[in-house]
Amino acid sequence: MSTDVTKKAPTTEAAHHMPGRESADRKQVTQGRWASVLLAPSLILLGIVIIYPVVNAIIMSFQKDSGLDPATGFFVEGGPAGFENYTHWLLQQCNGVPCPPGTLGAQFWDSFGVTFFFTAVTVALETVLGFWMAVIMARSFRGRSAIRAAVLVPWAIPTAVTAKLWFFIFAFQGIANQLFNTQILWTGSEWPAKWAIIIADVWKTTPFMALLILAGLQLIPDEVYEAAKVDGASAWQRFTLITLPLVKPALMVAILFRVLDALRMFDLPYIMTQGANGTSTLSILVVQQIRQGFNTAAALSTITFLVIFIVAFIFVRFLGANAVAAASTGGKKK
Amino acid sequence: MTTATATRTHVAEVPTRRKAFDWGQVRTYIQAAIILVWCLLPAYWMIVTAFREVAYTYDPTFWFTHVSLENFRTVFDESLGNRFGQALLNSLIVAGITTLIALVVGVFAAYALARLNFRFKFLVLGFILGASMFPGVALVTPLFQLFTNIGWIGTYQALIIPNISFVLPLTVYTLTSFFREMPWELEESARIDGCTQGQAFRKIILPLAAPATFTTAILAFISAWNEFLIASQLSNDQTKTVTVAIASFAGSEPMQEPYTAVMAAGTLVTIPLVLLVLIFQRKIVAGLTAGAVK
Repeated sequence: MSTDVTKKAPTTEAAHHMPGRESADRKQVTQGRWASVLLAPSLILLGIVIIYPVVNAIIMSFQKDSGLDPATGFFVEGGPAGFENYTHWLLQQCNGVPCPPGTLGAQFWDSFGVTFFFTAVTVALETVLGFWMAVIMARSFRGRSAIRAAVLVPWAIPTAVTAKLWFFIFAFQGIANQLFNTQILWTGSEWPAKWAIIIADVWKTTPFMALLILAGLQLIPDEVYEAAKVDGASAWQRFTLITLPLVKPALMVAILFRVLDALRMFDLPYIMTQGANGTSTLSILVVQQIRQGFNTAAALSTITFLVIFIVAFIFVRFLGANAVAAASTGGKKK
Repeated sequence: MTTATATRTHVAEVPTRRKAFDWGQVRTYIQAAIILVWCLLPAYWMIVTAFREVAYTYDPTFWFTHVSLENFRTVFDESLGNRFGQALLNSLIVAGITTLIALVVGVFAAYALARLNFRFKFLVLGFILGASMFPGVALVTPLFQLFTNIGWIGTYQALIIPNISFVLPLTVYTLTSFFREMPWELEESARIDGCTQGQAFRKIILPLAAPATFTTAILAFISAWNEFLIASQLSNDQTKTVTVAIASFAGSEPMQEPYTAVMAAGTLVTIPLVLLVLIFQRKIVAGLTAGAVK
């Protein structure tokens, strides 16, 4: 921590009241008080915009939806539902019977699977490609800054525009089919639709990954490589024994960010396929359910939130992707 | 530190030039060219299509042919139901106000996190970081019901409030890592040299913090401008933002996807962002990677 304790005191009002008798302890208390004043607006605001909706969603998820049941056509009253909304999704039960195929309730595990499929494939591809881009960008050559600027272009384009752009590229008469002389219904059939979405996502987010990894690479001192070279390490050995382990903390944080982002993927599949052909992610399923019943949707959004929370927990706890530690101890390590 | 790394040369060996022929360097250039093409070609194709006549939508010619501005007229054609001008205004208002609120509120939190020692700092950072990774759908469901009940669907606050949930954490996180890098010792030096507290703040701290705050503002604005999920669910025709407008576009030919017009709209939305990003490239990269890698 670069924080220098001795000199915030003058900026705090409290410190003016007790000049001259600042023990370290008191300073800590003063700073703590000051910090809570400064943090309060942000935390209260986040509390309103995040915690209130989440608590609300949890309460809603234990209520029955009133209205016509889309599956049975009977009118159902509201009222407490117990875990019914959760079993609706997890066990695919609609009013005690298995949800008929085609209803949203029957799609939960498919959506769950496809969400994780997208996450695994896109993040794996983005990590490999991002690493490659970062290694190239770290080299010194003329025009390097042009490359670094170019990778920001896909990142800056709004995802909705990216989705439309690749939807056009993958149109039946579009440039992809013309270029490769194929006649694939890209966004209209199951596997091509998945790959179209994956390619669009990889195009859009690999630059972010590459920049994070590049920042990690730049923390490795040149002398380490020079020493390894002197010791006769091959390029591959230098990569696996120096680059990889040293860049690992940055890499893990980048992967964590991307995984959590991919798990809530919505824009690309929603615009490119509307979730058809087995591309409906959990987020899309929630949005489709909102129009059919808030409370059932609230249960699903709570499940989605929990799934993402658990994945984040596993990452931080077992894989050492500690973004918080990186942020709170960060700075001035070099 | 972020600034320090940006100026350092690193990792790769600076090649000893003037040797016979440097194959390593050639390989680097080839790979760099592949990255360049992969990143820019789809964006280039969007712009080419945006300027192409509708009849030549699927023309695979690589360069600008059948150039026309009709797509840009279609984009703003209200008779087709494309209220794109309104959508641009909506996006500006929503993203602008969101950014402003996030900055004004976040700057204090970032100062505390970067400069003060207090208990639960780890927890607060964890909460803020977790908030930025929060799935939007978990907000949309309860807010959709709430805003429907109180008649807020179709108002700006219905979009701004949920946007704060991810823009504010991003702002706090980025500003915190920027503030941590700042040479705060200068403040004290200025005071020793006879500056008052106010002068020290105005002449030393403000000029130092301004670029960081500005960069953060750009990042916050871009993330709010690009938001789609919340806007697609909580807006109506009057408050539709550009991303939603682009996703639901009407062309002059019914029953036909208006690709060229959509690409024109996409180009309009993207060009200012890309220019902004290219102009402030170094700072933005620093901001993007700040905190994540230390």
